[in-house]
Amino acid sequence: MASNTQEAAHGGGSAMPQLDFSTFGNQIFWLVVALVVIYLILSRVALPRIAAVLAERQGTITNDLAAAEDLKAKAVEAENAYNKALADARAEAQRIAAETRAEIQAGLDEAIAKADEQIAAKAAESEKAIAEIKAGALESVKAVATDTAEALVSALGGSADKDAIAAAVAERTKG
Amino acid sequence: MGKIFFFAALALVVVSGLIFAPAEAKLAIHPMDQFQVSALFGDHISWYTPTNVTLWMALAVAAVFALLVLGSSRRAIVPGRAQSVAELAYGFIYKMVEDVAGKDGVKFFPYIMTLFMFIVMANFLGLIPGSFTTTSHIAVTAVLAALVFVTVTVVGFVKNGVGFLGLFWVSSAPLALRPVLAIIELISYFVRPVSHSIRLAGNVMAGHAVLKVFAGFAAALGMFSFLPIFAITAVYALEVLVAFIQAYVFTILTCVYLKDALHPSH
Repeated sequence: MASNTQEAAHGGGSAMPQLDFSTFGNQIFWLVVALVVIYLILSRVALPRIAAVLAERQGTITNDLAAAEDLKAKAVEAENAYNKALADARAEAQRIAAETRAEIQAGLDEAIAKADEQIAAKAAESEKAIAEIKAGALESVKAVATDTAEALVSALGGSADKDAIAAAVAERTKG
Repeated sequence: MGKIFFFAALALVVVSGLIFAPAEAKLAIHPMDQFQVSALFGDHISWYTPTNVTLWMALAVAAVFALLVLGSSRRAIVPGRAQSVAELAYGFIYKMVEDVAGKDGVKFFPYIMTLFMFIVMANFLGLIPGSFTTTSHIAVTAVLAALVFVTVTVVGFVKNGVGFLGLFWVSSAPLALRPVLAIIELISYFVRPVSHSIRLAGNVMAGHAVLKVFAGFAAALGMFSFLPIFAITAVYALEVLVAFIQAYVFTILTCVYLKDALHPSH
């Protein structure tokens, strides 16, 4: 049979090579060698290196996050500063406007007061002049009336003394 | 329904294959031949002879070296593909050790990583057609399990002294039951390395043997060989899963046993 010759070719062991104890020593020896080599590779080179890479990455990530946090805080700070500057500028502008307005108002008030004063002075002067003119005119009317009355009296053939005429004129123009 | 149809078709194909197969293509399936240990040079095998075991273990070591040392050689902050896988493996096992065995288990991390990397690489290399699977041999997995067993027992006694025996004394049980439970616990403790090793070797060996059996069908069935080939594809996919899962199971059980040694209280 083919299967018999096959087994014979393999040293005539049992059907399961796993139970062929003659190879156990060989397998165990090479297994121990392989395990020791892997252990040395891992503990000396591979694991410390990978651990370092992972730690480094973790550090980088932590640093980047901290930096981002920092930048964010700075941005908030800058925004606050900007807002404050804006508010300050607005307040300053309002203050300046109010000041200017007050200044202008003061100047205006002064100018108005001055103008009023001048106007009052001019008006008083004019009133005085008018009064003078009025007085002058009244005198002239009296003189003309006296002269006219004298001339009328003499033209009517009468003769009147100057005092009587003047009294009569004065009496008539009085009221 | 589809399953029934599939199996019916499979049975039909097998039967028809047996009937119509050419006379010289005898159904000669030797699923266990792939596990044969053979010397690379010559015939005699003594303990130091370079054999196919040596070759495939050396390839496993080379694969570990390539992934973890060459893969991480650039030490990039933003990792490439190989470095990502290396870091993934590192983080996976590191977290497992830390979560299962506790903070003080972390100093055993290189040891556990060694076991995991060896098993996972040996399993995956064993999936290469025509390769030799070192982890399918009970001699190999028994040594792996025995290493864990001895380490855990020694660590348990060194760390806790006689208090390590508290692992077998279930203080939460009624006093009368405790001696009985102690015997059961003791037996289960010594069965651990057996189940630990046979689980790995058995899974790997069974899967590979099944692949070989289907391959034998494929050789015998002539034109109907596409069905066993389809089955081989499915089983192979399963084996890829098993290769990783068994390495994972072996490693996490190691962590569990280590936890028992570090904190033996129930």
